[in-house]
Amino acid sequence: MNINNIKKQFPIFNNKVHNNDLVYLDSANSSQKPQMVVDRIYDFYTKEFSNVGRSVHYLAVAATNLYESTRTMMQKYINAKDPNEIVFTKGATEAINLVANTFGQKFLREGDEILLTELEHHSNYVPWHYLRKLKGVKINFAEINNDGEITLESIEKCITPKTKMIAITHLSNVTGAILPIKEITSLAHSKNIPILVDGCQGAPHLKLDMQDIDCDFYAISCHKMYGPTGLGVLYAKKKWLDTLPPYQGGGGMIREVKKEGISFGDLPNKYEAGTMATAQVIAFGESIKFLNQIGIENIEKHESELTKYGEEVLRKNNSVKLVGNPKNKGSVLSFTLDGIHAHDIATILDEDGVAIRAGHHCCQILHDKLGLSATARASLGVYNTKDDLDKLNESINKCKKIFDR
Amino acid sequence: MDLKDLYQEIILDHGKNPRNLRKTENFNKDAKGHNPLCGDKVHIFLKIDENKNISDISFEGSGCAISMASASIMTDLMKEKKEKEVKELVEDFLQMIKESPEMKTKIINENEKTKLMSLSGVKQYPMRVKCATLAWHTLTSAMSNSQEETNTEKFD
Ligand SMILES: Cc1ncc(COP(=O)(O)O)c(C=O)c1O
Repeated sequence: MNINNIKKQFPIFNNKVHNNDLVYLDSANSSQKPQMVVDRIYDFYTKEFSNVGRSVHYLAVAATNLYESTRTMMQKYINAKDPNEIVFTKGATEAINLVANTFGQKFLREGDEILLTELEHHSNYVPWHYLRKLKGVKINFAEINNDGEITLESIEKCITPKTKMIAITHLSNVTGAILPIKEITSLAHSKNIPILVDGCQGAPHLKLDMQDIDCDFYAISCHKMYGPTGLGVLYAKKKWLDTLPPYQGGGGMIREVKKEGISFGDLPNKYEAGTMATAQVIAFGESIKFLNQIGIENIEKHESELTKYGEEVLRKNNSVKLVGNPKNKGSVLSFTLDGIHAHDIATILDEDGVAIRAGHHCCQILHDKLGLSATARASLGVYNTKDDLDKLNESINKCKKIFDR
Repeated sequence: MDLKDLYQEIILDHGKNPRNLRKTENFNKDAKGHNPLCGDKVHIFLKIDENKNISDISFEGSGCAISMASASIMTDLMKEKKEKEVKELVEDFLQMIKESPEMKTKIINENEKTKLMSLSGVKQYPMRVKCATLAWHTLTSAMSNSQEETNTEKFD
């Protein structure tokens, strides 16, 4: 795998940032886009645009076919059993809200419990929090260990006869811990509990096989997978999409609408109300092609080597403290610097063209637990190189120089 | 853009060794401020005497060098000021950080103005303006004894 050739496919790297080459280390936040994805959006709007699923004219039929072909590509990409198990949403956030809302409506009662972990992103906590208010459900948090991991045991300890749903991240966007989701799923199912996996950080970096993992729900944000913004995917087992009530109401998701009542359409339309992010869905097909061209196994290997290299480089730097030390770690290097706040680090690094994120990364529960108000985070994508991590380290040393004046 | 403008020596000095980082005994006004984007937090304590003078001001909190330096320099300058003067100073400072090239107030001397002007480097870093203004907005809440936490996202 030739990273230079891969990087060349990303037009953003032709631009300078403060007169420096861009060192993009914020892919956990959102990844950059390859030319083929950008071109697809342009081509669709200039040559093929039409709304999908409504009209019978030439353009509408062609657009509908393109839209549906992304669904099938995604089904294959994550090895789901049925294309109807792929629901397009506006992001992972909406995917999780969809499940929390519809599952909560139908199955949860006062006193029921939902089990999350201390690693969760706010978008896998706030949607469940609404059910606290609405239904009187209780939310429990499985605790991290000293390495910032969630183990099977920490989940098992928190399961009670009242646990009605387990919702956990696949890969922590702060510590980088990869959770044993297959084992946790099988534990959950042995107790008849469904499981939702927040796959935002898993999907761009790890090989996915829904039938093998066997989880009930898996939420994805396409913009972190070299795809467009405004688009997410909810994978859900068909038995759930058949049983759960619809989420939003509107055009496209109905069968018959009468003054006395309404009947709802079949999958996948049932959960795709209104005009969808058509251009984004079609362009996301190119993201899947891009990932397939390189091969997710190759991406996993490249990024895992880079993560190890990054850990080594930062460990050698005495003023850096890495946040978390998970054995199974993916693509995220969060750190603190003695005496320098994360936001000052990010501003100084930016001057060198090194883009990182600083703050709580939408994980306040975790930062409270770690006793940190903010951390700096470098996160990796397929286009990163060891050189990028060396530049990161150099700029960190520059922070020290500025602050030690 | 120049990082040296942002991280001037005086800012690093106050950022690393903030003055008045403590809790005023028997304070009679206080307010908390929070910058949700960065996680910067500040809690300002005031002791206002019967003549409406600030007899003591202090703060607790954590945050970046800019927010800590701003709180440190601000609390230093506010000591012994009258309530009315505090209001004028806050307005003048916020005006300067947002648009004016300099501070107009006559309440503080040139030397003191220079200290505050050292924070003007944030003008080139729009994302960091909130770091510099958090303590000042929070001081305003403390003076009016507003119970609501000051939240920088609500400003501008
Ligand atoms: C772990 C995790 N979950 C959920 C989200 C939310 O994704 P989005 O904002 O694209 O819906 C993110 C993105 O920041 C994330 O990193």
